[in-house]
Amino acid sequence: MAEQLIRLTDVGKNYRKGREAVRVLDGINLGIDKGDFVGLMGPSGSGKTTLLNLLGGLDKPSQGTIEVDGKVVSALSQGALAKWRSGNIGFVFQFYNLLPVLSAARNVALPLLLTSLPASRRKQHVNTALRLVGLAERASHYPRELSGGQEQRVAIARAIVSDPPILLCDEPTGDLDRSTADEIMALLQQLNRDYGKTIVMVTHDPRAASYAHRVLHLDKGELGAAQQ
Amino acid sequence: MFGWLTQTAALAALNLRSLPRRPGTAAVAMSGIAALTGVFAGVLSMATGFEKTMSGSGQENVALVLRSGATAELNSRFSGEQADIVRYAPGIARDVDGDPEVSAELFWVVNALSKSSGAEANVALRGIQPPGYGLRNNYRLAEGRPFTPGRFELIAGRGARNQFAGLEPGRTIRFGKTEWLVTGVFEDGGSVFESELWCDVNVLQSAYQLGNGYQAVRARLDGADGRARLEEALAGEQRLSVDVWSEREFYAEQAEDTATLIRLIGIPISVLMAIGAVFAALNAMHASIVARARELATLRALGFGSFPTALAALLESVTLAFLGGVLGCAVAWLALNGFQASTLGASFSQVVFNFAVTPDLLAQGITAALVVGLVGGAFPAARAATARVTVALREL
Repeated sequence: MAEQLIRLTDVGKNYRKGREAVRVLDGINLGIDKGDFVGLMGPSGSGKTTLLNLLGGLDKPSQGTIEVDGKVVSALSQGALAKWRSGNIGFVFQFYNLLPVLSAARNVALPLLLTSLPASRRKQHVNTALRLVGLAERASHYPRELSGGQEQRVAIARAIVSDPPILLCDEPTGDLDRSTADEIMALLQQLNRDYGKTIVMVTHDPRAASYAHRVLHLDKGELGAAQQ
Repeated sequence: MFGWLTQTAALAALNLRSLPRRPGTAAVAMSGIAALTGVFAGVLSMATGFEKTMSGSGQENVALVLRSGATAELNSRFSGEQADIVRYAPGIARDVDGDPEVSAELFWVVNALSKSSGAEANVALRGIQPPGYGLRNNYRLAEGRPFTPGRFELIAGRGARNQFAGLEPGRTIRFGKTEWLVTGVFEDGGSVFESELWCDVNVLQSAYQLGNGYQAVRARLDGADGRARLEEALAGEQRLSVDVWSEREFYAEQAEDTATLIRLIGIPISVLMAIGAVFAALNAMHASIVARARELATLRALGFGSFPTALAALLESVTLAFLGGVLGCAVAWLALNGFQASTLGASFSQVVFNFAVTPDLLAQGITAALVVGLVGGAFPAARAATARVTVALREL
């Protein structure tokens, strides 16, 4: 039986909108095993990205607990969360979120600036990550010199360069054409299958969701039944 | 500590790299701060230059004897007999021939044409006695020859010669009813005397029907206790009532009022400009933070802390301010340092002085710029650090 990596217990999230409290997530109970590949689907405003943000420690739940690898991350301070994120989470965003003033290699190297690795080791890690996403020859290119698919590959290289166990992807193919989206999904699948990355991916695209081991549906902040 | 220091350094480097993407806002902030430091250094260089000229005038061991209560040579008055009482008083040094090193002098104000404005300006025409040259340690005849005693001849100080028309050696110049021949130009180490014209005191007396009157007596003091002895002797003298100044003290006091006035005008202008510059910096930094909200949120999502994010934004603001400050100081230094001007001194005559953009002033200008950068950057930095990552990540 696979080891559980992430555990959400009765997680809820409210936001205040003026004087009114808006409930975005309610009573979420969820376990994600190590090496799982989970797709999160649901209509706009259903709380998918909010759930992803809670999993990634970008936000804290209004109620309930989130445990990752035995650690209750929902109880950590903002500073401790930032440190925890740098070692445990790799983010892949819909619009890549690369820094335009940095080359591909320097973008990929960003998470390593938070480690004590010497420059030479950082360079090795960057080269490995870029090779893995098939962009070793584009290391010195700037984001404006890359296609959308290449930018997303650089973003994936950045997400994996410090070898975090978890990848959180928010609509990773949302800005890409079909064939490029397939390439990106194949890459994520490879990272899951060959490198044991646990992946949670928010998507609207059923084709992208089909790469996941299971797909969870969120509707009005509540989790529906999983599809394998 | 190592962690946030390296994070701050990395983020600050990123911020600075992105500056060329925002040339407009960066230029507005920098030019606002450059204008502030330029004006600050410029105005204060005027006060500093004036003070430098005045404080470089006069020596500690030369006494200036004025009528009691007189604050300037212009409103002092002695008869010839009274001047002689001072001349032979104790405490005054003697030259090799045993004569007192004393010059009884007249300080008269005449009109000359300013070269720059073409307007008439007050110039000091000083009548001196022969020991008067030696009482100015840095006196040097730079052009022509000295005036001949007994003749309507004068020598012009270097500053006066530069600022006023008709003072080239060999030319004649009319003051009132009298034509004077300019025989030479003198220097005195940049002191206030270089703003004056010098002639024979007896000729000046006759030119303006001043009888045997004088306004000031200058005397070299004899040893460290010379002034005390002179003061004691003159205090006990029934025939005159005088104040004994050290020449240095006298000019320092004369400088104070004008320099204070310049500062009183200059500092409020600088403060107003500083307020403007703070807003320019605030605006530029705010624009920079808003434009990069998603980038900063991405970095924080990757694990960069909010404190290093704020510190890096502040560093960016301070760097812009520093560059603006250097630019302003450089312009002030290039345009104004050594620039010669004249202003009305305490004796109602023009004092020629050079603007002095000193290292101290430059340091003060840069410090003012850095303070503006810090104040202007504080609010945007706080915003960068406290913006909600989850919201900012979705901004386009």
